[in-house]
Amino acid sequence: MKKYIIQSIRLTVVLLVLLCIVYPISVAFIGKMAKGNGGGEKIIRNGKTVGYALLGQSFSRPEYFWGRPSAVAYNAAGSAGSNKGPSNPDYLKEVQSRIDTLIKYNPGIKTSDIPADMVTASGSGLDPNISEQGAAIQVARVAKARNVDEQKVKDLVAMNTLKPFLGLFGPSSVNVLKLNLDLDKL
Amino acid sequence: MNTELTGIIATFLLTLIIAIPLGKYLAKVFAGEKVWTDFLKPLESGIFKLSGIDIREQMNWKQQMKALMTINLLWLVYGFFVLIFQDKLPFNPDGNPGMTPDLAFNTIISFVANCNLQHYSGESGVSYLTQQFVLMFLQFVSAATGIAAAVVLFKAFKDKTSTQLGNFWEFFVKSITRLLLPLAIVVALILTFNGTPASYDSKDQFISVQGDTVNVSRGPAAQFIAIKHLGTNGGGYFGANSAHPFENPNYITNTVEVVSQTIIPLAMLIAFGYFIRRKKLAWTIFGVMTIGLFMLLVPTLNSELGGNPELAKMGISQASGAMEGKEVRLGPAATAYWSTLTTVISTGSVNGMHDSTMPLTGLWQLLAMMINSFYGGCGVGLLNYFIYLIVAVFISGLMVGRTPEFLGHKVEAREIKIAAIITLLSPFLILAGTAISSFVFTDHGAAEWAVQPKNWLNNPGFHGFSEMLYEVTSSNANNGSGFEGLGDNNVFWNVLTGVIIFLGRFLPIIGPVAIAGLLAAKKFIPESAGTLKTDTKTFALMTFAVILVLNALSYFPALALGPLAEYFTMLK
Repeated sequence: MKKYIIQSIRLTVVLLVLLCIVYPISVAFIGKMAKGNGGGEKIIRNGKTVGYALLGQSFSRPEYFWGRPSAVAYNAAGSAGSNKGPSNPDYLKEVQSRIDTLIKYNPGIKTSDIPADMVTASGSGLDPNISEQGAAIQVARVAKARNVDEQKVKDLVAMNTLKPFLGLFGPSSVNVLKLNLDLDKL
Repeated sequence: MNTELTGIIATFLLTLIIAIPLGKYLAKVFAGEKVWTDFLKPLESGIFKLSGIDIREQMNWKQQMKALMTINLLWLVYGFFVLIFQDKLPFNPDGNPGMTPDLAFNTIISFVANCNLQHYSGESGVSYLTQQFVLMFLQFVSAATGIAAAVVLFKAFKDKTSTQLGNFWEFFVKSITRLLLPLAIVVALILTFNGTPASYDSKDQFISVQGDTVNVSRGPAAQFIAIKHLGTNGGGYFGANSAHPFENPNYITNTVEVVSQTIIPLAMLIAFGYFIRRKKLAWTIFGVMTIGLFMLLVPTLNSELGGNPELAKMGISQASGAMEGKEVRLGPAATAYWSTLTTVISTGSVNGMHDSTMPLTGLWQLLAMMINSFYGGCGVGLLNYFIYLIVAVFISGLMVGRTPEFLGHKVEAREIKIAAIITLLSPFLILAGTAISSFVFTDHGAAEWAVQPKNWLNNPGFHGFSEMLYEVTSSNANNGSGFEGLGDNNVFWNVLTGVIIFLGRFLPIIGPVAIAGLLAAKKFIPESAGTLKTDTKTFALMTFAVILVLNALSYFPALALGPLAEYFTMLK
């Protein structure tokens, strides 16, 4: 028994060096070559960081495309979903009020045009994307608020749409932050 | 066909393409045959030398389990103190506080046991030192513990009669150097180059486009996420686990992560067949497990892709499926696939919130964890399945009126007793645990804990009951996922689930290894016309029936009170 204890202690120390120092530091070192030097890719405008490419932000003004509802208000110091069950009455009221808000600010759209992602909170609370349909229902509002041609806005949406991987696998999505930054450049 | 479905079909095929050769490779590694990674031998000799281990020393099953328990208990003590004192230790750039003793108790057991149930949130609850030197370390070694225990079982059935089952330390270290570490490096680099942070930079702050001040948690996440999946651990670096855009930046990383959590459990199964030179047995087991997997996966896809009926009533479009708690870049199909895989295998990482999935999806997730052996966790999945096999052998033996045998060894009273105890342990822990928590919730709602019992549940009614049932089931299965709406960071849940995780981990390891060790020591009986063959379709069906009957009898009432009741109420 005593032998196993001593062997366990020594083996643990050796493995701590291998697995907790050598391994992670090597990966971090090679990771310096990745985008954002392995610290997360930043988006910089006029010399200032305005966001991270992978993290969604809160957009509420009419001239911007809105992202999905978030349980953490897009504060990336934490992350969480709403954890609301599908039959929770409070939750269902909340969804109904999100539907009403969308209809109010996007006159002309029908309830049946609204895709589920625009009225449900994401898993992380930081989802940077919306569906193509989620962008489509906002085009008219954004174009009007910015006083630009709808077609121009549609083109930008198309430019910021990520198609399924190789055109074959997975969903397509629109990156809200990149789209909004492109809009600001118009 | 829609691209979300082609995506998951491709993912499953990719898993098989990697896992099958990996299994053959593992069989050779543990048999000590020549493999291309033999260039790592000097590294291993170095580790053994520094640790004072002589791998030529043979151990019987009891010595194996003593070694296993000794080193696991050592990690418990070491980790517990680091968690409590992490605020005073270096390498804590965000200034996170030390853990309370009950939270540290829960967390350390959870990570030593390969469970990774988390009652803290990665961003605010742990320091970088804890993330790397305790949690990530344990993700490697707990997976290696499971694999090494399974290899002891391999050894027991390789030779006709034997009490000498190899050296535990050798299996354990080789699981790391030949399997987990090399794969972890590959996966971590794929993640890093797709955007997951890997550097030691601390929290960042920026002003968003609309002028909000946003803080961003970062840190060496890629290294952690790689082993969290390969080792079927599942504990997230960030609170939202693999739903977080940093943990799982895009569809490619999603595929890589879900494939990495599946390959080792599958490969261990293939390795078993090649190692004991009974390939047909391994393929039969593979068949049962895969059919079981699809029986859970298909209805899960069906209920998630159909969307939430309550939202359908409001008139919105759920073209792709239910979206609450899911991410647009991954989509409902990939999330449904992941939710099945992560519960049949004891990973417990999530890429969408299980609490918000449809009632029937919750039912399949719970059932997957209750069965816990359709592939199952690293090494331990096979050990769990072995118990079902022994029970099936026993029942078949009784039915045909012969002494039950397994692979040429008589299965007698002692082995059956052990199998029965292990079989009964899961329902006991799950049902008693749920009963106690329901009782505390209803009768002691005002107890002065960090979260008062009456405020535990994030959802009312049947779904609230499911939250408690899920927490306990996940602990017993060493899964670690949760219906995260549950207010679980308080002394009640920390202690209850801590105890359940510990028992649900070590007894189901020691039990099967003990049975294997006892069988291996018995006289070998050559196969004859009267032998019950365990690699036939009939026997596969028998095992499947045993799994179904045992679990249905144990859990149907609890499942009826939770997800089933919620489902039928929503039909109204």
